[in-house]
Amino acid sequence: MAKPVKPSPVVVVIGAGPAGTRTAERLVAAGLRPVVVDEGRRGGGQIYRRQPDGFRRPATDLYGFEAGKATALHRDFDALAGRIDYRPETLAWHLQDGAVHLARDGRSTAVRYDALVLATGATDRVMPVPGWTRPGVFGLGGAQIALKAQACAIGGRVVFLGTGPLLYLVAYQYAKAGALVEAVLDTSPWSRRLAAMPALAARPAMLAKGMYYAGWLAARRVPVLTGVTPLGIDGDAHVTGVRILDSAGRARRFDGDAVGLGFGLRSETQLADLARCRFAFDPLARQWLPETDPDGRTSTPGVYLAGDGARILGADAAEVSGRLAACAVLRDLGRPVADGEIDGLRRAGRAMQRFRHGLETAFPWPVRLAAGLPDDTVVCRCEAVTAGELRRTASELGAPEVNRAKAFSRVGMGRCQGRYCGLAGAEVLAAALGVPVESVGRQRGQGPVKPLPTTTEFAS
Amino acid sequence: MGGQFRRLGEFDRPPVTIEVDGAAVRALAGDTVQVALLAEGRRLRDSEFGDGPRAGFCLMAACQDCLVWTVDGDPMRACSTPVVDGMRLVTREVPWPNP
Amino acid sequence: MTGQAADVVIVGGGLMGAATAFFLRRRGLSAILLERGLIGQQASGVNFGNVRRQGRFLPQLPLANRAREIWGRLPELIGEDVEFLALGHIRVCFSEADAAVLEAHARDVRDYGLELEIISRNALRDRFPYFSPEVVAGSLSPDDGHANPRLVAPAFGRAAVRAGAVVRENTEVTSIAKVGEDFVVETAGGGRYRAPVVLVCSGAWAGDMAARLGEAVPFAVHGPQMAVTEPLPYRIEPSIGVYSKDRTDGIYLRQVTRGNVVYGGGWRGAAHADTQRAYADPAVTLKQFAKLNRIVPALARARIIRTWSGIEGYPGDDLPVIGPSAAVPGLFYAFGFCGHGFQLGPGVGDVMAELIATGATSTPIEAFHIRRFAAATG
Repeated sequence: MAKPVKPSPVVVVIGAGPAGTRTAERLVAAGLRPVVVDEGRRGGGQIYRRQPDGFRRPATDLYGFEAGKATALHRDFDALAGRIDYRPETLAWHLQDGAVHLARDGRSTAVRYDALVLATGATDRVMPVPGWTRPGVFGLGGAQIALKAQACAIGGRVVFLGTGPLLYLVAYQYAKAGALVEAVLDTSPWSRRLAAMPALAARPAMLAKGMYYAGWLAARRVPVLTGVTPLGIDGDAHVTGVRILDSAGRARRFDGDAVGLGFGLRSETQLADLARCRFAFDPLARQWLPETDPDGRTSTPGVYLAGDGARILGADAAEVSGRLAACAVLRDLGRPVADGEIDGLRRAGRAMQRFRHGLETAFPWPVRLAAGLPDDTVVCRCEAVTAGELRRTASELGAPEVNRAKAFSRVGMGRCQGRYCGLAGAEVLAAALGVPVESVGRQRGQGPVKPLPTTTEFAS
Repeated sequence: MGGQFRRLGEFDRPPVTIEVDGAAVRALAGDTVQVALLAEGRRLRDSEFGDGPRAGFCLMAACQDCLVWTVDGDPMRACSTPVVDGMRLVTREVPWPNP
Repeated sequence: MTGQAADVVIVGGGLMGAATAFFLRRRGLSAILLERGLIGQQASGVNFGNVRRQGRFLPQLPLANRAREIWGRLPELIGEDVEFLALGHIRVCFSEADAAVLEAHARDVRDYGLELEIISRNALRDRFPYFSPEVVAGSLSPDDGHANPRLVAPAFGRAAVRAGAVVRENTEVTSIAKVGEDFVVETAGGGRYRAPVVLVCSGAWAGDMAARLGEAVPFAVHGPQMAVTEPLPYRIEPSIGVYSKDRTDGIYLRQVTRGNVVYGGGWRGAAHADTQRAYADPAVTLKQFAKLNRIVPALARARIIRTWSGIEGYPGDDLPVIGPSAAVPGLFYAFGFCGHGFQLGPGVGDVMAELIATGATSTPIEAFHIRRFAAATG
């Protein structure tokens, strides 16, 4: 859909991680000067989060096998200085009518765009475990950030609980850095990993890395258990241990003062929602995701997605989809892009999608746990709403879907705006209603995308 | 008591002192407020709704759990705010209303 | 009463419809309530939540008083606490000239049995220390307050069901026709409902329905601009509004006991009845901030975590349509509450039930009769 070529189209890129960086880079190569909006200070996103000034650890300490990719990404981002309109420490808090609203230091500007690329990344995906709001429990991604960006372990004796490739990676990184890893507890059964092998073989190097981390931990006698059922995280004012059932149904307890908790990742889709992109339920991700074509175009003209903010495919895929989205933007703006470039990127993306399919097969989001959560388990940590209170909206108040359940129970009404309760809350509600999770819908997106101070002023 | 977080490296950074609930807390330049508080303690705040102390969760400015306040009453996200020498923070009694 | 016939078919499951269904049952009439979505999902569920009587069109006060009496008995009537707090409603102002208007209003409403207390500057800040020095005076109605709009209409709906009403959600009315002595109401999916009486209370969509029934009224829809803060220590008990000649000063705010401050006002937004969509405008969100902080400066330390809008119906004279049809026997209306219907809702339900059951109501509603538009449109 080529338009007449505009001399200086305004392209806004939200996010400066792997996807946003490659989008910006490709646009600059085509002679554009995109606006790049970053909540952080200096690019890198989360997976390749940069350490602060004054920290001296080498990239291999921070990023392990990915050190080369991380270093290249940072170097390439820094090389864009002066050729992009970089807005660090800036929150894209809303968008409406072809303008995105950006807030920094109490001032908000509205930037009209000809194209908008959302490269908003992901957060940990959380299934509540009794006791998970206790001090000492942090997300797996959070645990990794503590190490990468602050040279800290989240505790003196860390238990890692959840599933996904990140579970093994972070445990490995912690042990390598000298932290005491008490156990790695994976809710996914070992048989799932075997079933996933054909798909995982799509990226042999990634598969090998994953096996390496698990093997390394086992060789150092870190207990690594699969097929576990979490029972609870113990402690009073802070964590003292984790209780599970192992795959044979035996009760086990592991002492510790910190838990790294995570079950894969979930995409940050709030801006896509505000852009009124059409969403569809993705059975692999078990999340409602914005629909995109193979190059990242959404159902809203002028709005594109790239990276984990579109669907979870990992950092390498984010770089590919970042470039692809830029190509789509350029074509739609009437700029020439070679078919060969796009075909090559699409091909690279396909292998990564196959691998991702394998990961979701190997490490499924343990939805069965939602139905089994005790009634007094906190589901919405911001508002301290329990599974029982959420279930009552279905059984006593007739709530058929998550927005009604939110209106009655307050699940999703807290400061995190549903990021940490939305997916699990939907599973709890669906289980209570006895319906498929897609039929309970998704929380409606509203601005601001994150808490916004009432001192924020409009600046033209 | 010993803190929640354990420093594993980068010890050689200039010291920074902040005040938390009236008491001096020693940190290192480049620490986030969350790290400064949790290197020595095990909580950041108490949940408003009676389910006990909190210490943050996501470390990436998404969960909003790591909330502390300046003595003037401004809310602060501890995980994404670097310590600044002389900062004065409170974590127990929320200083609101404070015009 | 089962199936598809009843004494009354109610079209529209907002607060007016749900409350009427409940009160009809208490008078022994059978009722079928038809709602396109879920009970209380539209304006009834997204409004500010004010339960206040001052600042109204004076002839509305008897209705508001009747409603207030019912608000006080809701736990015993419908068995649920809808977070109604009667800790006062106070309208403040920023000038002496406006204070004089508040004083005049206090004199006017005394005739209707509403006692307001005018409090000035220093006394105001002694009692309510959070007001800014710019607030010159306040008019306090001590027995008014606020409630949770997300809960009230659904609670009335459930109480109506327990009392024997038939409530059909996800049921869209496609036509209303008088066939002999009865109305036949058809719904999408092939439903047919029959009753000698129909009440049209479908809110922002009722203007169209009235027109199709031959009683067009001038009608517009607008979206309230609402926001809510994160939880803050609970300090503000009354519901707060502003009187000012500048409409953009007209922010209303209330703090719930969990600590969030809900507020709105000053500006209206676009609402789309056809697509059932209304959005909070980010430009308005920013403009409201300064207005909010001018009333309670401490809110400058707060952050908002959510905004929303809704679809509200406004008849051309900014007053609701309540009462019988002027043209069709057995047809009744209760719609177009211009964003100020929440407090009136329980009273409207009680009045409509009385009117339908007995042919008359002790509460004067003549000022809201739909015939007032027939003269204008000829």
